[in-house]
This record gives sequence, structure tokens and C-alpha cells, in this order.
Amino acid sequence: MPAIELEHVGKDFVVRRAAGRFRRRTDVVHAVSDLSFSVEPGSLVGYIGPNGAGKSTTVKMLTGILVPSRGRISVAGLVPTRQRTKLAGRIGVMFGQRVQLWWDLPLIESFELLRHIYRIPSQIYERNLSAFRQLLDLDKFLWTPVRQLSLGQRIRGELTAAMLHDPEILFLDEPTIGLDVVARQRVRELLLSANRERGMTVLLTSHDLTDIERLCSRILIIDRGRLIFDGDVDTLKARYGKERVLVVDLEEPGPALQLDGARVIRVEGPRQWIAFDGERLSAAQLTAAAAAQAPLRDLTVQEPEIEDVVRRIYQERL
Amino acid sequence: MDEVRNLLALYRRLIEARLRAQLQYRTSFALEISGTVLISFIDFVAILVIFANVQQLAQWTLPEVALLYAISGLAFAFTDLAIGHLDDFPGLIRDGNFDLLLIRPRGTLFQLLTADFQVRRLGKVLGALAVLAYALANLSIDWDLGRVAMLVVIVPVGVVIFASIWVTTICIAFWSVGAREASNAFTYGGQFLSQFPINVYDQWLRRFLAYIFPIAFVAYFPALFILGKPDPIGLPDWLRFASPLVAVAAAIVASAVWRFGVRHYQSAGG
Repeated sequence: MPAIELEHVGKDFVVRRAAGRFRRRTDVVHAVSDLSFSVEPGSLVGYIGPNGAGKSTTVKMLTGILVPSRGRISVAGLVPTRQRTKLAGRIGVMFGQRVQLWWDLPLIESFELLRHIYRIPSQIYERNLSAFRQLLDLDKFLWTPVRQLSLGQRIRGELTAAMLHDPEILFLDEPTIGLDVVARQRVRELLLSANRERGMTVLLTSHDLTDIERLCSRILIIDRGRLIFDGDVDTLKARYGKERVLVVDLEEPGPALQLDGARVIRVEGPRQWIAFDGERLSAAQLTAAAAAQAPLRDLTVQEPEIEDVVRRIYQERL
Repeated sequence: MDEVRNLLALYRRLIEARLRAQLQYRTSFALEISGTVLISFIDFVAILVIFANVQQLAQWTLPEVALLYAISGLAFAFTDLAIGHLDDFPGLIRDGNFDLLLIRPRGTLFQLLTADFQVRRLGKVLGALAVLAYALANLSIDWDLGRVAMLVVIVPVGVVIFASIWVTTICIAFWSVGAREASNAFTYGGQFLSQFPINVYDQWLRRFLAYIFPIAFVAYFPALFILGKPDPIGLPDWLRFASPLVAVAAAIVASAVWRFGVRHYQSAGG
């Protein structure tokens, strides 16, 4: 049985806008138009898309917050909005931009309350808490009121809160937003170990595509409420990232080089960036052609970055 | 039964946590308690002013109105103490933070009702108790088991009625942004109306308070029973015992409206 399954799911919002002084116009916005996919247990899936694509709306439907307008959803074998409280005990949810901890209580007290809210058996609670204390280095601020924590500390607390009850499926909406490099790495390691050691299914939305690239074996891209890509990072790059970039340093600054099957996308003094299709032309051929036009001092080849790939996908759709 | 015990234990834990948080600010805590005592007296002063000019108010004497005031005041004060934070619920909806209640394995209404407990509003309870002491000292009530039972039962019953009104009206927030003001008109407004005998009001308002918006069951009908007083407007006697049933009905309506509202929740942000 898949951990998550959607069949032709849609969500419309009714938006009322002022139209004239007293009249109001009612518009229907299709936040999610027609979405179908399924996620096997134990996978780590990245769910990405531009702002307003319908990512959060999807996560909210999967976690039982929003009632879908159409279609069928099953999460951990349950229908989210109909069996919401049952489902809530089996999933973990973290919204990077919301505070789920008790603002004016020490972190440890929030955990204690959650333990009772989720009815976590004390053995499991103790085991998980001590694991997270170590993995996320919580001890320094475990007795500090949440309102006094730094963003990074708070996010670590939120992650712990979302995972204390051993969820089967973890939904993370922008979990590393505002974190520094070290904290980010720590969060990634935690997610990887939860996924490998406990077989936790993870669905992750993030603006930080490095998160996605490092963590996720599968990527789903959504735009305008529809799924536009479903596959792994390599497939994504192969399909949309054929364009490589050759960076050359000329002996002297000069005009942009004229090359067959490639184009100069940027010139900065003696340095030029040349984009080319990696399937039609090799880097060696291109280097030879460039050297024939002007003497070269140095060169590097840039592989497609996932950011560029995704940016290109979004641009194509616009 | 286990489920109820579990919920009560959880409620106790949540309240204790809130108290610890509130007691971090002791001075403001003390000031606010004394402030609310004062406010509840000022309300009563308005009634004293009326009786300085008249002997009776629609066939009710001052100690009789004081009893009415005290019952309604106690019920409302306890309601306010326990769920006064419902006034902030429209903000929770507007910011989309209601999401956080929906991702936890407990009922949303339970979580909302138990989200806070504002001890500083204890002042209102103290104020109402003082008025009750005044009323009982100046009334010659023929106390029997039934009357004592009524006095004991009627406060929690009133709490359920006020709380149901609060929940029902705050649900407007699921559809509209002006929910707090609209709800306050019914909660604080309802409490104000329940301090006076309903026979001072015009007939349409009387009917409204007795049959639709059941404020008359908080204090008016029970007080008639305790005082052994014939109803000045001649409504049937059995209404004096109907308050617990009215409370149950109000609670059922409130939870139905709540469930309907939750299904219409649209969340906020992308």
C-alpha cells in the first residue's frame, strides 16, 4: 500500500473581491487543478514548485487541514479530513514558518505537553528525546523559553516536536528556511538517518534546492496546480539540463567569440561564459574552436546546477 | 470513561503549564486581578444607582436583582476565566495558525478551549461572590434541598450556556473578519442582559432571550425558583427547571456549528 496516494485531486478557493463601491465579485481560484501521484513507504520525496504553484495547498490536504474540492486522497491508508485525529497520530508535520511550540514555555515543557497530546509511551518518548538531544544538540537551550531561542534553535525544536511520536510519514514545509549552513547540514543528516534507520517516509517542500538534491531520491515538480515532472535528480538534469557552460579566460579582453552551436551568455573583461548543448557538442570540440579564435589562458566547464534546471522549467511554463 | 479521564488529565497539564507561564510576571498579574475586581463592582454600582431612585424594578427588589446579578456574574466570570481567549480565535484563523490545531491528534474544539486559562480574570469571580454574599444576607430565602441544589448546579449550567454562545458566535470567524466584534455583542452583551430581570424588557426581546438566545436560563428562571417568586410575565413554571436541558441543547448546537465551520476553514498563505 502506498504511503501517500492522490487521484485526480483538486482544490478551489472562492475569493471575493471588491468590484465597485458596494458590489463584490466572486472568483474561483484553482489552487490545485488535477493532481495524481503516489509515494511508496520509505521514500524521501522532494516537492517543489514556484510560489503559488499549489505546494502548500497539497501538503495541507494531505495532512487533513484542508478539505479537497475533488478527487481521492489516502495517507497511511486513511482519508485525511475524515480520519484527521487518527491520521495526526501517525504523521509528523512541520511548517518552517509557523510556531508549533508553546511560545512562553521552556522547550522541554513543550515536548512534555506533546508527549501527552500524542499519548507517546514513556519508553519511546525517552528514547526519541535523548536521540534528538544528541543529534540536534538541544541540551544548551532545552530549558530556555521558546520566545528566547534563535531561529536555528527553534527550528531544531520544531523538528523534534514533529518527530517525537515516531511518525510513519513526515511532512516538512520549508524546514531549513533561515538556517545557517551548519544547522542546515545537521537537519539534513537527521532526516537521512530517520529515513534510513526507521524507514520514515518524508515529503519535503523547500526553496533550497540543495536540500532536495542532497536528500531526495525522487522529485515532484508542481506548477499551476499540475504535476509537471516526476523523477530523480539525474533524469531531471538529463531532460532539462542539457546545457553546459564553458568558462574561458582569454589572454586579452576581446569581443564575444562567434562559435557554431554555442553562444556567449556573459562577458566580463577577459572572461567569457559560453553555453552549449552537451549532447551535440563536446567540451573538447568547443575549446578547440574557441582557441582558434583567441589565445586562451584558462578554462573550466560548469555542469548544470539544479537551480538553473528548475529555473528553466519555470520560465518555460510562464 | 477512560477517554474522559485522559482529556481531563491533559487539560490539567495544559492549564498548569499556562499558569507557570503567567506567573512569570507577578506584578502585572496582581494588578490585573485587582483591576477586574474593580470592574465587576462598577457594573453593580449601575444597579445601585437605579435602586437609589426606585424601590422596585419591574417587581424586583434590590437584593433580588443582586441575586440575579451574582448568578449571571459568577457563570460569566468562570466562562471568561476558562475560555476568554476565544476572543483571539479570529486572529488564529486570519494568520492560518489554526493549521497547528488540525495536525494534532485531538479534537480541535478541545484544543482551542484548553489553549489558555487566564487567572487574572479571577477578579470577576471575586466581585460576583461579594455581590452574592450581599444578596443572601439581605434575602430571607426558605432554604430547602431543592433550592440549595439549584444554587450549586446553576453556575456550571450557566457556564455551559455562555460557553456555547461564545463558541457558536466566534465561528463567524470561519467566514468573516469582523467575528470578534460580532461575537462580543452576544457574549458580553448577553451577560449584560442576563443581569436584569427579563420582564423589564420589551416583549420581543423577552421572547428572544427565553426561546432563541437562551440567556434567560442562566439566571432569570433559576432565580425565580430560588426566590419562590411567581413569574411577573406568567411564563410556565417548568421553565425554572429547564436550564440544564437548555445548556445541553446549546452545547450540541455549538459543536455542530463548530464542525461545520472547520470544514469551511480555508487556511492562509500559499
